[in-house]
Amino acid sequence: MNTLFGEKKTKAEKLVFKSVDEYPEAPISLGTTLINFTGDWRTFIPVVDESKCIKCYICWKFCPEPSIYIKEDGYVAIDYDYCKGCGICANECPTKAITMVREEK
Amino acid sequence: MPKKVVSGNYAAAYAAKHARVEVVAAYPITPQTSIIEKIAEFIANGEAEIQYVPVESEHSAMAACIGAAATGARAFTATSAQGLALMHEMLHWASGARLPVVMVDVNRAMAPPWSVWDDQTDSLSQRDTGWMQFYAENNQEVYDGVLMAFKIAETVNLPAMIVESAFILSHTYDIVDMPPQEEIDEFLPPRKPLYTLTDFDNPIAVGALGTPADYYEFRYKIEKAMEEARKVIKEVGKEFGERFGRDYSQMIELYKTDDAEFIFMGMGSLMGTVKEAVDLLRKEGYKVGAAKVRWFRPFPKKELYELAKNVEGIAVLDRNFSFGQEGILFNEAKGVLYNTDAHPIMKNYIVGLGGRDFTVSDIKIIAKNMKEIIEKGKLDREIEWYHLKR
Repeated sequence: MNTLFGEKKTKAEKLVFKSVDEYPEAPISLGTTLINFTGDWRTFIPVVDESKCIKCYICWKFCPEPSIYIKEDGYVAIDYDYCKGCGICANECPTKAITMVREEK
Repeated sequence: MPKKVVSGNYAAAYAAKHARVEVVAAYPITPQTSIIEKIAEFIANGEAEIQYVPVESEHSAMAACIGAAATGARAFTATSAQGLALMHEMLHWASGARLPVVMVDVNRAMAPPWSVWDDQTDSLSQRDTGWMQFYAENNQEVYDGVLMAFKIAETVNLPAMIVESAFILSHTYDIVDMPPQEEIDEFLPPRKPLYTLTDFDNPIAVGALGTPADYYEFRYKIEKAMEEARKVIKEVGKEFGERFGRDYSQMIELYKTDDAEFIFMGMGSLMGTVKEAVDLLRKEGYKVGAAKVRWFRPFPKKELYELAKNVEGIAVLDRNFSFGQEGILFNEAKGVLYNTDAHPIMKNYIVGLGGRDFTVSDIKIIAKNMKEIIEKGKLDREIEWYHLKR
């Protein structure tokens, strides 16, 4: 069960290469998606209502980005730095605990 | 040495089996189909332990091979013409992710008009995808090429394509010498991958975003690997010769070029006909030779320069064409020589497109034409559509 619990990842560090020789042979695990905050793309924002959440983690499984993490208390939370507002989580939630709300910036 | 009488396609299938490929994913397309049929037969008979992935298109075939190769497996596929064109996007993924997938492309003309016959334009259209390309002259070279390609590809971590002529090789039977499995295993040990997706203690991300800050350097790395491949190709070709008696250390195979006044240059099966013609022309007093370009990518620049220094003319025979320009090998060869002191007269003969027969007597006519040009010291025309009905 422990592996289910995650933490909001905002302090990721970008790999910095100074010369061509420092680069790995193949472009793997560059960490570039961590520094690319895709959260500012969205119009709608998912909001979790914990009173309706039954901790089924269907949203966590369906999220195409690692934008949903599970808190210590077992409820889900959204990492708004990476959530693109696609709405899959709200669509899949069986108890309608997640709603999409227009984001005010 | 055990010998078998097999078609070019069966030679490719046997080579894949002897190379102990672990994954094959392919979609049937004429004239490639019998390669995959033979591999399926090996699996059905229990002769080879290969995971065969039936797919719904060539695009998926290459995608499956890339996935398999990323886990560290030895992956193989084969295709032709439109199928190769459909793979195009995935070819970049294989070379960009540095995965040594090996593929046999059975050269076939691009449609329309619909054609299943021999033409090199399909494979040459893929020249900028970062794949190495080897052009086989006969069934033996198809077999040897596949075995060498795995070793070279896995050393430099780039994918490789072995190219054979549609029907002229693919469906024509010839004696192929196949070394015993133990000797092949010694030559080609199991693959040591650069990275693997199945190392669960060290998870990795493949195919992630490359920002403008990093993309450029990875392109350079591919070019460095191609540069290294020139060296590796010669070493592996030499080792192959020492072990099995057929030497592939030359990227351009030279035939009677030492004292030649002019030479014929080309790739693939048509060079067998050219060698035969050279023998006959020499009897008629022509001082001619043949240069068969084995590896088109990486391109044998230094070898071509050494060759061009000592001849007065080069007749480049292209079974392909780049519309709006000229034959592709001609274009490459001229480009290599521009900044050197070797400037033989070069003429481009477009021959055999779409499987048009190209014979010894055609080469004799070309030889006469080249002789005239060299005597006059002036080209009549740069590109000759040789077979054109006028």
